[in-house]
Amino acid sequence: MSLQVENLTVYYQTLRGEVRALEEATFGVADGEIMGLAGESGCGKSTLANSLIRLSLPMKLIKGRVLLDGEELPIADMERMNPFRFERISIIPQYAMNALNPTRKIGKMIAELLRSRQVDGAGFLPELKRRLDLVELSHEVLDMYPIELSGGMKQRVVMLISTLLNPSLLLADEITSALDVSSQKAVAEMLVSFRDREFVRSLIVITHDISILYQIADSILIMYAGQLAEKAPTEAIVHAPRHPYTRLLISSLPQVGVKYAEKRLTGIPGTPPMLLDPPAGCRFRERCPLAFEKCLQVPPFIQVDPGHFVACWKEFETDAQA
Amino acid sequence: MRRYLGRKLLIYLLTFFLAVTIDWMIPRFMPGDPIMNVMSRIGAVVNPSAAQAMYEYYRHVFGLDLPIWQQYFNFWNSLLHGDLGISIYVFPTPVKTVLMRAVPYDIFLLIPSILLSWWAGNHFGAFAARSKWLDNTVSPIGYILTATPYMWLGILLAWLFGIVLGLFPIAGAYSFELRPALSLTFISSVLKHWFLPFASLFLVGFGGWAIGMRNMIIYELEADYSHYLEALGAPRKLIRQYAFQNSILPQITGLALQLGVIVAGALVTEVVFSYPGIGYLLLAAIQNQDYFLIQGCFLFIIIGVLIANFGIDIIYLIVDPRTRRGMAGETA
Amino acid sequence: MKPKKKNEFLYFALRNRKLRIGLAIILFFLLLALFGPLLIHNAPFDYVNPMGAEPPSSQYWFGTTFFGQDVFAQFVLGLRATFLVGAIGGGLGTLIGILIGFTAGYRGGIVDELLNMLTNIVLVIPTLAVLLIIAAYLQVRSILTECLFIGLTAWPWAARAIRAQTFSLRAREFVDLARMSGMKPTRIIFTEIAPNMMSYLVMTFILQFGGAILNAATLDFIGLGPTNAISLGLMMQYAVLWGALLLGMWWWFIPPGLAITAIVGALYVMNVGLDEVFNPKLREM
Repeated sequence: MSLQVENLTVYYQTLRGEVRALEEATFGVADGEIMGLAGESGCGKSTLANSLIRLSLPMKLIKGRVLLDGEELPIADMERMNPFRFERISIIPQYAMNALNPTRKIGKMIAELLRSRQVDGAGFLPELKRRLDLVELSHEVLDMYPIELSGGMKQRVVMLISTLLNPSLLLADEITSALDVSSQKAVAEMLVSFRDREFVRSLIVITHDISILYQIADSILIMYAGQLAEKAPTEAIVHAPRHPYTRLLISSLPQVGVKYAEKRLTGIPGTPPMLLDPPAGCRFRERCPLAFEKCLQVPPFIQVDPGHFVACWKEFETDAQA
Repeated sequence: MRRYLGRKLLIYLLTFFLAVTIDWMIPRFMPGDPIMNVMSRIGAVVNPSAAQAMYEYYRHVFGLDLPIWQQYFNFWNSLLHGDLGISIYVFPTPVKTVLMRAVPYDIFLLIPSILLSWWAGNHFGAFAARSKWLDNTVSPIGYILTATPYMWLGILLAWLFGIVLGLFPIAGAYSFELRPALSLTFISSVLKHWFLPFASLFLVGFGGWAIGMRNMIIYELEADYSHYLEALGAPRKLIRQYAFQNSILPQITGLALQLGVIVAGALVTEVVFSYPGIGYLLLAAIQNQDYFLIQGCFLFIIIGVLIANFGIDIIYLIVDPRTRRGMAGETA
Repeated sequence: MKPKKKNEFLYFALRNRKLRIGLAIILFFLLLALFGPLLIHNAPFDYVNPMGAEPPSSQYWFGTTFFGQDVFAQFVLGLRATFLVGAIGGGLGTLIGILIGFTAGYRGGIVDELLNMLTNIVLVIPTLAVLLIIAAYLQVRSILTECLFIGLTAWPWAARAIRAQTFSLRAREFVDLARMSGMKPTRIIFTEIAPNMMSYLVMTFILQFGGAILNAATLDFIGLGPTNAISLGLMMQYAVLWGALLLGMWWWFIPPGLAITAIVGALYVMNVGLDEVFNPKLREM
């Protein structure tokens, strides 16, 4: 599978104007790749994920296109997207714990969902049971109501349902955010096993927690205030980041074994800009220690090393000099 | 589940006890003397000593010469024996007989209007929630109907269809010259007299349910599970079906809560159309200071409402799968 | 800069169509109730028209009743009574509902069980039947008495809604935080919980207001309304009692019912509009 996103621009319609939540996103995800999508709250990562699969009001597609396996996805058309959903592209939503109909038994809901997608529910039962074993849920779950399950169990049910038809691309939206550390590890490993067993071909894992991505992602895409900042293989992002924001982000992470007295944690001073009327050019400009007058223009997101993309005028300069 | 039913039963028993006490208490404190009323009606008794003796006799017959606490105790006693006393207003007919004559009319009026308005209103409300355009044209009708006072709609219908258009009669349960019989003329007369009061109750209820359902469905369609199904490409039909089924549950509870309001509406409608149901009887009883008939009417209304409530609770139990499993569906 | 919270609500409120329409209708009738009586020359119960019942004319804007009374005079004064009962009766019901609902929701446990049982009992009893009997006992009834009746019997609806809202708010983190920081309970209630419930309380009051008007109309119609004033419900009672239906005196019974329908309908629509203003998820784009 291959995903190509070109100049994807999505704004939110509000009564106070347009919130420019996603600006000119261009990137690709290769077959079998697990790409992490990271950034602060409100940087546009959820917008990006949702626009790929469920672009509904108040989101509005301004421009750009998405190609899945070379075929253009009609993301702006809710009706025409239906054949692609679930089978080609699927999502484990941020609200996974509330995503199940409270008055339906799990098994019945799955059967009705499959039937409505013209998939034979009865024939699916053995596969369903196999997958239940894989996510370590007992078969009796099928006979229970969502209210009888714990939060973690519900999340695993949703993970199972979302991958049931072996989609090419799976979006996992902040699925570890509400969990404790050991559960986070288990869920992260489950995601990787999905890819390894070819239940899904590629993954986009959205989170603000870079340490998780360090464990499972092949590459990481960093976003800031609706713009793409940097995309590179995981090692590069963590050990040799090139975008000022990424550098500050990585350096502000606590390191195991280092005491506060030895090395102080620094945050990044300032706050992200309001996207209702964002600043011109690079949106990190006002907090960036390296900003200069060229930054008033939007830097393009281009490749500076094999598989390494950055949007920073300073880096292009450095690169040109090198 | 047992806890749920047990709790409900407790409330109903307490309510019954409280209501019966109120029922017994209040007519006692009404102004006016019902015995004098009866006596003046059966003919003026000129001889003062004879009048006095008669007064004492009636007081004894109605048990009004006993101390208060004993009257209360006797009341419960006869209640549990199914004896509701003798009506003063329609002396000497027993209260129970008078009431039983009125009950069929109420059942005939209330059951169809409640059930039909609930069913039709809910489906209509769900239908309105389908599209913005539908919603904007249909909702105002619902709001207007549910804001209409019951008696005004009755008056309006009576005037428009009864007087101006002359299509329906506006008083009584059947034509005054007919006698109850299993004939076509009688039945058609009953139906013609029944239609306008029924329509009045139906329309107001319909508006209320439609609006309520529309609001619930819109809420459900914005719930996380609906969004998840959309993301998984489920057809709109399935999502709407789930929203509907989840919205019906609070509407069932809502029906139980509305019973008091519906009873009030029926009472007022019966007054407008002189329809001989229990509500109409209650009003006549008050105007004639008939203690026992008042108590009997009130008792029947209370029992009816409690039974209906319990019935609805059982239906809810059947319909909401979660309550059967002993989980919080609707709290008691 | 981010606009202040109060201004945000005002902003959306002014733009909400349902709110505007509902408010406009209510204001119209309110102004009529306040200033209408200044326009009338006749007292409502005076027999001014020797011809008896007559349809609307330039002299009698809403016509006259069976007894030759000025219907318009009755109408505008009846409007006053209606608004009064709605405000006071509805206000009382809301107040009691807040007291009981909030206590039940905040305290929980046995207090909640008992208050809940009380609420359910009052809910189940068809209060009109009780009121019928009580009101018949009082020979002279004023508008205030009617307000009292209505307030004392309509509160369960408010109590239920407020209890549910209190429950959900009580479990929220910021309340726990306040409690842990040692804030006194009354302070928590007023500074943390109340502002978040304010919108809910306003909507509850609006519903109680509308319900009180409808209840008053019903009581008046049966003959249990105030004995010393005129109200819209009483107008309808007299109309039906004196054969307005059979004699086709539509000007006598149409205006009062129409006014009630319009006012209560406007209140309901306003309520939905307010819900949209306070609940961003429902806002139309």
